[in-house]
Amino acid sequence: MSQTHHRRKPPRVGDRPLFRNSLIAIVLILGALLILAPLIVIGVEAFSQGWQTYVATLDHPDTRHAIMMTVVTALIAVPVNTVFGIAAAWSITKFDFPGKRLLLVVIEIPFSVSPIVAGVAYLFVYGLQGIFGPLLDAYDVKILFALPGIVLASMFVTAPFVARELIPLMQAQGRDLEEAATSLGASGWRTFLAVTLPNVKWALLYGVVLCNARVMGEFGAVSIVSGNIRGQTNTLPLHIELLYHDYQAAGAFASASILAVLAVFTIIAKVALERRGAGRRKALASLPASQGTRP
Amino acid sequence: MKIRLDNVIKTFDTFRAVHGVSLEIESGELVALLGPSGSGKTTILRMVAGLEYADGGHIYFGDQDATDIPVRDRGVGFVFQHYALFPHMTVAENIGFGMSVSKVKRSKAEIVARVQQLLKLVRLEGLGDRFPGQISGGQRQRVALARALAVDPKVLLLDEPFGALDANVRHDLRRWLREIHQELGITTIFVTHDQEEALDLADRVVILKEGKIVQQGTPQAVCRDPKDAFVLKFLGDANRLTGEVRAGRAMAGGAVIDAPGLADGPAEIYARPRDLDWSAEGPGVAATVTRVLDRPGERRVMVQAVTGEALEFDVEPERDIAAGQAGFVTLRRAKVFALDENPA
Repeated sequence: MSQTHHRRKPPRVGDRPLFRNSLIAIVLILGALLILAPLIVIGVEAFSQGWQTYVATLDHPDTRHAIMMTVVTALIAVPVNTVFGIAAAWSITKFDFPGKRLLLVVIEIPFSVSPIVAGVAYLFVYGLQGIFGPLLDAYDVKILFALPGIVLASMFVTAPFVARELIPLMQAQGRDLEEAATSLGASGWRTFLAVTLPNVKWALLYGVVLCNARVMGEFGAVSIVSGNIRGQTNTLPLHIELLYHDYQAAGAFASASILAVLAVFTIIAKVALERRGAGRRKALASLPASQGTRP
Repeated sequence: MKIRLDNVIKTFDTFRAVHGVSLEIESGELVALLGPSGSGKTTILRMVAGLEYADGGHIYFGDQDATDIPVRDRGVGFVFQHYALFPHMTVAENIGFGMSVSKVKRSKAEIVARVQQLLKLVRLEGLGDRFPGQISGGQRQRVALARALAVDPKVLLLDEPFGALDANVRHDLRRWLREIHQELGITTIFVTHDQEEALDLADRVVILKEGKIVQQGTPQAVCRDPKDAFVLKFLGDANRLTGEVRAGRAMAGGAVIDAPGLADGPAEIYARPRDLDWSAEGPGVAATVTRVLDRPGERRVMVQAVTGEALEFDVEPERDIAAGQAGFVTLRRAKVFALDENPA
C-alpha cells in the first residue's frame, strides 16, 4: 500500500487541475448568480424602504387575505395528496393489477407537463364553456375563480410528490413485513399503522414537506384558474405578481420574502429528514443499515 | 395439528408452480420440503400458511378445511427467510406483536411475562431491549421464531430458515431447532434447498421437482433407496457411469455390479465418492488419475475413465496416488437405474 502512495496515480478523466478548478469555479459563480443573488436581493429589497413599509405591506388586508388563501389551499391540498400518495404507493408496491405501469407513468405526468397546461385544462373542464361548466353553473357551484379551483390546480401540480418518495422505498421493503404482521393476526389497518407507516414515515414527511413547498409556491396553474381577484382569489404568489405590476416593488419583495423564508425552512426540514434516511437515493442505500436504528 | 394437502394446485400467470400435490403431515411431525429452486416448495409452504391461495385442491388442518381461511385467522407461525422482523420495534416488541394485535385480549403483564418466557426459550434473555439491527443474524432468526411461537400457532412454518446464515451458526441453530421442536412438539414444516439440512433436521423429507412430489420418506429411506437418478443426485455428489444390464448384473467399462430386478438394456450407474476405490488391477473401470486434492480427512482423487467419464472419489489419507498414474476404479456400492431415454 505504502508504495502506491508514492507512485503517480494514473490520470482519471477530467482530473487535470486546470480543468477541475475552472469547472468548480464556473459552477460556484453560476450558483451564486442564478440562485444566491436573487435570494439576497429579495431580502434587501423587502426592507429597502424600512421596517414600517415591510410590516405595513404584510399587514395590508389584501396581503393577509393572500396569505390566508395560500395556507388554506395547502391545508386542503397537502393532506389530500398525502392520502393519494400513500394509496398510490401502497397499491403499486403491494398489489399486482393490470395498468400498474400505466399508473406509474400517469403519476409522473404533473412533473413533466407545464403547470399552465393544467390550468387551461381545468378551464376546459370546469369553465362556463367547459364540459361540466353549465351543470355546475345551474347548481350554483363555483369551482373556477374560487378556492376549489385553486385547490384542484395545486393538487394536480403536486400529485406526484408523496407517491414518488414512497414508491421506491416501499418497493425495496417488499411485502415481507406486512405478511409477517398479518400472519401474526394483525388486521389490515393495524398492519398499516403499526408496521408500514413507521417504516416509511421519514420518506412520507419528506414528500409532504416538498409537496407543501410546491403548493404554496405554485403560480402557473393557479393563475389561470383563480382569476386574480385581489382580496378574494389571490394566493401569495399571485399577489406578489400583482404588487409588482402595480410598481409596488417593496411590497412585492416583502411578500416574496415570506415565500423565501418558507423555502429556507423547507430546505432545513429536507436536510434534517435526509439525515433520518428519507429521500429517494439515501433511503435505498441505507435500507439494510437502517434496520433497527432507533427511530 | 395434523395437516393434509389434497391435490393442491397453484399457477402464477402461465407458470404452474405446484401440480396437484397431496401430502399428509402427522401431528407433531417435523417435515422438510426439499427441492431445487423452482420446485414449488416455498409456494406450498405459503399456501399452507394462507399467504397464497390454492387455485385447486384443499388444505385441511385436522378435520377443518382451511383452504379459504385467511392467513390472519389460520393460526400459523411463519418464519420468513429474511426474518421480516419489524425494524422499528425492539426484540421484545417484535415478539409481543402477535399477542398485542390478537383477538384474544391479554393484559400487558401477561404479554410481558410471555415475552420473557419466549426470550428464555430462544436463549436471548437480556436482549429484549435491542433493535433487530443491533443483533446478529442467528439471533434475528431466533427472534423470528419466538415471534412466530408467541401466538401459539397450530403449525410452525419456516421458509429457508437458515439460508442467510453462515455455516457454523447454521449448524448450531439446526440442532437447537430440533431441541425446541422436541420440547414443544408442534407440527413443523420447513423449506430448504440444502439436502444436508433436510436430512439432519427432519423426521420426514419430501423431495420436490417441478411442482410435484418425487419421493418422500425418512432420511434413511430416501438416502438408502432413492427412487430415481434425480433424487440420488440431489441428495449428494454422485459419479455417473453408463453401462448395460444383462441378466441382473450391470456392467460398465469392466466394472460389474448387481442390479437385481432390472430388465436387460442400457442403464446408468451412480456411485457416491466414498463407494469408489482405486486399485492397480481390475476388475474395474480403467482410468488415469488427473488430479489429487488433499483434504483434512481424506484425499479426493479425480480420474478420467477410458470410457470418457470423469470420476471423483475419496481414499484414505495414507494412500499413495499421484496424477498421471493409471489403474482401475472399483465399485464398492452403486445404484443402477434403467437409462431414461429423455432425461429431465
